[in-house]
Amino acid sequence: MEFTYHIEGGDFSRAGAASSEVKKILKQLNIDLAVIKRVVVALYEAEVNVVAHAHEGIMKITLAPDSIEAVIADKGPGIPDIALAMQEGYSTASPRVREMGFGAGMGLPNIKKNCDRLEIESTVNAGTTVKMTTFFTG
Amino acid sequence: MTLQEIINRVGAEVVLDNHQQEREVKYAFAADLMSDVLRLDASEVILITGLANPQVIRTAEMSDIPLILFVRGKGVTPEMIALAQESNISLLRCKQSMFKACGELYAAGLQPLY
Repeated sequence: MEFTYHIEGGDFSRAGAASSEVKKILKQLNIDLAVIKRVVVALYEAEVNVVAHAHEGIMKITLAPDSIEAVIADKGPGIPDIALAMQEGYSTASPRVREMGFGAGMGLPNIKKNCDRLEIESTVNAGTTVKMTTFFTG
Repeated sequence: MTLQEIINRVGAEVVLDNHQQEREVKYAFAADLMSDVLRLDASEVILITGLANPQVIRTAEMSDIPLILFVRGKGVTPEMIALAQESNISLLRCKQSMFKACGELYAAGLQPLY
């Protein structure tokens, strides 16, 4: 099964709408609640990143019997140094993003914590693609 | 303690009920930084926060947090209430500072996550 959601950059009133839809689907599939929480927290962090930093993006979900793969691809400034962005506490977020309760440099590390596989590709001034996979059973 | 006991202890106004007054609450977590909330492994907590925007509700939704107490008399918008309704999250509001509300609830037996 595949689902694709559009994410609008800068629109904090809608941030989380895509992750919320995925959560509803996973609940209908009776996936373990602890696994759902890991998946949707990682998705939400990635969705907030797109809203906070990019012009627009998509979230593409592929559901397999034993796993969920999410690709979050955005058009935006890109990440010049991914290793630096993965460091806890490093952030380039605007004051507006911080007012929303984010921008502490904890998003990417928390995505890594909450998925089983993470790949990040980025091109400066073009965009970033985050691919995360989580397995339903240990 | 029950949610009703929390309400009484800090003189909270129930912004959105969701029929959880008798729900037992053991743990609390207080933060204005939603990134900190998203790092919690626990779910069955009441979130105490002075931040009032839709992302607080979204953060609770993703984290399976069923209860939010807004301190410092923060305004809760209709948009936030609608989001909370969708996710069965109860919303409370009190005029006390974060420090006072946390102190009162800690003294009453609500426990920290760590």
